[in-house]
Amino acid sequence: MQREGQVRIPAGCAISGIIDKSGNRMSGEAIIDSIAVMRERSNGLGGGFAAYGIYPEYKDYYAFHIFYDSSTSKKECEEYLERHFDIINLSKIPTRKVKGITDSPLIWRYFVIPLPTKLSDSQLDEREYTARCVFRINTKIEGAYVFSSGKDMGVFKAVGFPEDVGRFYRLDEYEGYCFTAHGRYPTNTPGWWGGAHPFALLDYSVVHNGEISSYDANRRAIEMYGYKCTLQTDTEVIAYIIDYLHRKKALTFSEIASIIAAPFWQTIKGMSSEERELHEYLRIMFAEQLITGPFSILVGFNGGLMALNDRLKLRSMVVAEKGERVYIASEEAAIRMVESSLDKIYAPKGGEPVIINIAGGGELD
Amino acid sequence: MINYIYPEYEIIRNPDKCISCGVCVRQCANEVHENINKTNKVICDDSKCVNCHRCAVLCPTRAIKIVKSGNTYRENANWNCKTIDEIYKQAQSGGVLLSGMGNPENYPVYFDKILLNASQVTNPSIDPLREPMETRVFLGKRPDDIMRESNGKLINNLPPQLPLSMPIMFSAMSYGSISYNAHESLARAAAQLGILYNTGEGGLHEDFSKYGKNTIVQVASGRFGVHVGYLNAGAAVEIKMGQGAKPGIGGHLPGTKIVGDISRTRMIPEGSDAISPAPHHDIYSIEDLRQLVFSLKEATQYKKPVIVKIAAVHNITAIASGIARSGADIIAIDGFRGGTGAAPTRIRDNVGIPIELALASVDKRLRDEGIRRNVSIVVGGSIRSSADIVKAVALGADCVYIGSSALMAMGCHLCRNCHAGRCNWGIATQVPELVKRLNPDIGSKRLVNLLTAWRHEIKEMMGLMGINSIETLKGNRLMLRGVGLNEKELQILGIKHAGE
Ligand code: SF4
Ligand code: SF4
Ligand code: SF4
Repeated sequence: MQREGQVRIPAGCAISGIIDKSGNRMSGEAIIDSIAVMRERSNGLGGGFAAYGIYPEYKDYYAFHIFYDSSTSKKECEEYLERHFDIINLSKIPTRKVKGITDSPLIWRYFVIPLPTKLSDSQLDEREYTARCVFRINTKIEGAYVFSSGKDMGVFKAVGFPEDVGRFYRLDEYEGYCFTAHGRYPTNTPGWWGGAHPFALLDYSVVHNGEISSYDANRRAIEMYGYKCTLQTDTEVIAYIIDYLHRKKALTFSEIASIIAAPFWQTIKGMSSEERELHEYLRIMFAEQLITGPFSILVGFNGGLMALNDRLKLRSMVVAEKGERVYIASEEAAIRMVESSLDKIYAPKGGEPVIINIAGGGELD
Repeated sequence: MINYIYPEYEIIRNPDKCISCGVCVRQCANEVHENINKTNKVICDDSKCVNCHRCAVLCPTRAIKIVKSGNTYRENANWNCKTIDEIYKQAQSGGVLLSGMGNPENYPVYFDKILLNASQVTNPSIDPLREPMETRVFLGKRPDDIMRESNGKLINNLPPQLPLSMPIMFSAMSYGSISYNAHESLARAAAQLGILYNTGEGGLHEDFSKYGKNTIVQVASGRFGVHVGYLNAGAAVEIKMGQGAKPGIGGHLPGTKIVGDISRTRMIPEGSDAISPAPHHDIYSIEDLRQLVFSLKEATQYKKPVIVKIAAVHNITAIASGIARSGADIIAIDGFRGGTGAAPTRIRDNVGIPIELALASVDKRLRDEGIRRNVSIVVGGSIRSSADIVKAVALGADCVYIGSSALMAMGCHLCRNCHAGRCNWGIATQVPELVKRLNPDIGSKRLVNLLTAWRHEIKEMMGLMGINSIETLKGNRLMLRGVGLNEKELQILGIKHAGE
């Protein structure tokens, strides 16, 4: 059978996210309960979570979560890691036995920091160096797959229903200020854990519901900048676009939203001259990063979260607030499940981003 | 000498329908029809007929049709009728065979072997009648990085861009090779449609300077009509290095056509031959091209994008890569089926490569080298319909050039005798009585109609793929599948086979 990446597998999905604006940490329990409500939208073939603020004691180190097919791939990968990084800590990621989660690969976690000499020899900045090492492992070391590589954050994913995946990874025992979750409904049978979502690179994580029509245009454009789309999924290409625009081009998340879900020309025409000039510039300059077709995405990053729908809003997504907490989900029920008395609830318009930066964190605009 | 050739086409006149009105006699500039001795009988000489359908279309009683004469040589798989006739022609004339329009031979048309995708179930198609469907494109170079003011505001660091309401432009056809009225029709249609037409190498007639925003001015090897005012008169400047119909050779507009306005516009004396040399004599290499690109930019204060037009030939990818690094803003590639006013038949029919393959390879090569942003790609050389355009864009083109289809919109019936200068449709001619036949009001209207219809069709096709902006169709090769293509062809086109 072909593994994800050798074949393109479209999927329908459910997504959910919770963030605390003041940066207070909460347990992963709520996000499991929330995504579990939308069981209808998944089919047991993939689920996962991204959690931010969960490794405060190691917040200066990159946390690598790695799947291994065998102990040989583990050995090879660890040798690679040792050549390129200082490994501060390593352990198996704790899991519990859950019915419905089977065929687990070896799952390991490493807290690492680039070796200073290697880093300075490479003439790259620390994040680029780390990202390149991740690409290298994922494409060159057979049976090893880094599925999480950010600081003070982690991705947890598997083949199964998302709530089972959450319990498998004991997510309820972690505390973070932001969680996102994904339940997958692929139209094909991917047996590989790496293909589940979120997809993450450094601290950027993406969960996505939809099937974009711009996939190959986006893919071919982003591959020009050194990214390699090995999974052939929408989520992967969206994550690379975010990484490219935010990390490499230093655009803000609101600018990024104006690029990937650009306002229509007819809307731009009605804007003030300054706004018009800005949007025209972004659309011409980053035409290849426009995404069309249905999507709702949650983009997690250190210090915040962005929720965004496609420009026509072809996928459902609601946002709710209660005190310092912001909830975002494909369905209102998934929010009501964990917080029944909300201060407000609304459905953002197509292409209108909801960007939440936590107090004292987030991007510097 | 006896003419050894039996006419290829025969004019059938239905005597029951003919009312002897004489329209055909007056309409055929090739003097095929004749009223004998002022009687009512009309006869004709089939051998002079080029099958342009002017008489057939204008006969008030539809009494005329032109059919293949059906006269055949003894069958021979090696020596077909066309080849034999060409030998007779050359034995008679002692000259090079000349033809007009594009390569008519039976080479594969890859556009016809590519099929489009449509949305079903997993994502919705979009109805262009209910939702915005964007076909606007911008052509030009784009920098890699953004710049900000100290307060964080983004600085517009884009070099000049050509905005187009749809990814279509009229390709270069010079005033001289086509008529004043044909030019006026193209210019007016371009202005109405929000696109561009191209002066070709014949200079810009002063009357058309008002369409400057919609004009591309061309600089070719003969440098006819080129002066600083001309360069600044249009929206962009195109350097013509080659043409799909006749790569590697120049052009020759006979002195008999260099009359009046044409001589003034080209800035050469009346009656002198206008000879465009095969190469630009100041461009023998890529660094020379770079110098010309920058001289033109200097002359236009870096306000106009510079297009470099080349014919699709075997090593097109390397050439395109060189051009993308030469400072040019746009590369225009002309496929081997591209039209022409006149070309030696052998060259038209045997030189160059199909535009689909050239486009696919160039787009890929520029991406592999990471320089695709340096240039926009415009392709021409037989774009025949909106479907060809959608496929070209999905293969990676930013825009297409149309020439022959635009001429057909104005009445051209593809008789391929443009070189003779007696176009019965008033297009490829300078004979005043013939030029008059093309009314620019009607010519421009028909062009606007054609492209309006195509734009609708493009939107329909985008909508069914779930795409509502042309940017995300560009280079989206997953939307294409080949049928009946071999592995190598699929690999070059960068597409999968249908069923995969
Ligand atoms: S050349 Fe054209 S107008 Fe003349 S007879 Fe033939 S078809 Fe008719
Ligand atoms: S135009 Fe038609 S009707 Fe008139 S003379 Fe010719 S064939 Fe007869
Ligand atoms: S432009 Fe005129 S001469 Fe040329 S092919 Fe068309 S109809 Fe014939």
